[in-house]
Amino acid sequence: MAKIIVVTSGKGGVGKTTTSAAIGTGLALRGFKTVIVDFDVGLRNLDLIMGCERRVVYDFVNLINGDSNLNQTLIKDKRSDNLYILPASQTRDKDALTQEGVEKVLEELKQTFDYIVCDSPAGIEKGAHLAMYFADEAVVVTNPEVSSVRDSDRMLGLLSSKSRRAESGEKIKEHLLLTRYNPARVENGEMLSVSDVEDILSIPLLGVIPESQAVLKASNQGVPVIMDEQSDAGQAYGDAVDRLLGEEKPHRFLEAQKKSLLQRLFGGR
Amino acid sequence: MTAESNLDLLDNDPVFNLKGGMLTMTVIELVRQEPDRFARQLADKVGQAPNFFKDTPVVISLDKLDTDLDAATMAHLLRICRESGLQPMALRGAEKFRRLAQQSGLVLMLPGRGRDRAVEPEAQPAPAPAPEKPVAAEPMASKVVTQPIRSGQQVYARGGDLVVLASVSPGSELLADGNIHVYGPLRGRALAGVRGNTEARIFCQSLEAELVSIAGQYKVAEDLRRHLWKEGAQISLEGDSLKIAPL
Repeated sequence: MAKIIVVTSGKGGVGKTTTSAAIGTGLALRGFKTVIVDFDVGLRNLDLIMGCERRVVYDFVNLINGDSNLNQTLIKDKRSDNLYILPASQTRDKDALTQEGVEKVLEELKQTFDYIVCDSPAGIEKGAHLAMYFADEAVVVTNPEVSSVRDSDRMLGLLSSKSRRAESGEKIKEHLLLTRYNPARVENGEMLSVSDVEDILSIPLLGVIPESQAVLKASNQGVPVIMDEQSDAGQAYGDAVDRLLGEEKPHRFLEAQKKSLLQRLFGGR
Repeated sequence: MTAESNLDLLDNDPVFNLKGGMLTMTVIELVRQEPDRFARQLADKVGQAPNFFKDTPVVISLDKLDTDLDAATMAHLLRICRESGLQPMALRGAEKFRRLAQQSGLVLMLPGRGRDRAVEPEAQPAPAPAPEKPVAAEPMASKVVTQPIRSGQQVYARGGDLVVLASVSPGSELLADGNIHVYGPLRGRALAGVRGNTEARIFCQSLEAELVSIAGQYKVAEDLRRHLWKEGAQISLEGDSLKIAPL
């Protein structure tokens, strides 16, 4: 049975698209047939992060309107046979999405895919609402910072009241993903700690992604950061995907790395 | 609320929105059935603040009225109200006033459910006559919430207490006609006795609220921080100010 996972946050710029790309790719690399759907109509980004921007012909809105079919619209990822991308339309706005249209497309995707990862736009308006409405599970992406935590909290409230599962009395399975985490700044008291955020949001922690140079580099190269297995962020995303699939793994990258004597002597970073 | 959002999505261009809301309305609470004195006293009040009463919607409450009211007297009272510039919208009172309300062309608003139950505990769920004199300390229907209350959510316990067994996030709002009990950290706003019950209290295991209020008297986080912050506390109204005491 296909599972719909929404990656959402409320606040913008916290790493939803990076996370969608990483989790979608991670699931595909572990053998699941996966599609990542970009719901950010008008501000299309997922194709850039996935490095498939030059192959976009049709988009989500075309598909909803019946201008194209699924085969024409889905873009196959070059790195994994299991991975497809459904790009958003860049020329339209969120009003082009309708609940029936989204439902129809998702139902069609469910026939062939194991996982459907929905990359939600920021905000709590129509685009974000439709991205989460049909979800079975939600990954709430949060930065260790008060405004992001509050927006995530708001989003959790909406997930438990305005989704299809909530309307039929079921619960969406919620996961907390803390991104841009910098243990050194947490130690200095400049950043909220994992336990601070967990305390406020009180949902299970899926993973902590350390603030990393690798993320920006990967984005600009159009490679999901999870492919960079040397990097801390890539490894942390890998762990998160394993936990999403039910594996128990200890959380890593929560402690600031002690500088070695040599580093201290030369003041290098 | 959910139905509303669905409608909104089904149709790109909604003609109207359904909204739940709480409006403040002036209530004229009738105590005696004396149209002439009513007219005189109302004229006095209107004389003090003519603008305030101009086209003001009012609800006429019969809760405190000992006797029955016939249609002719009601019509007389309504005429007096309209002549003074008031716009009677509804009657508030027990089920027995329904015919009277229909005859007068008004809506009947029943008083809080909890009160009905309190006076006749053995009564069947059939509409029971309203109590003649509602007392604030009566047992009331309470609302229990086990899920965390998230930013942006609002929970109202109409006619009774509100009990929350989980955390209350910043940016959320708790309202109750009676007391509020919070067993997780209270980080949002809590307003007890919103319909003027000065006996209402707020109890919490960890006081981290943005605002607490009892019957309209309030304190914001800035003032709360000084005393019992992040500790168990109960908040009650003493005279005109809020008293915060350890649990």
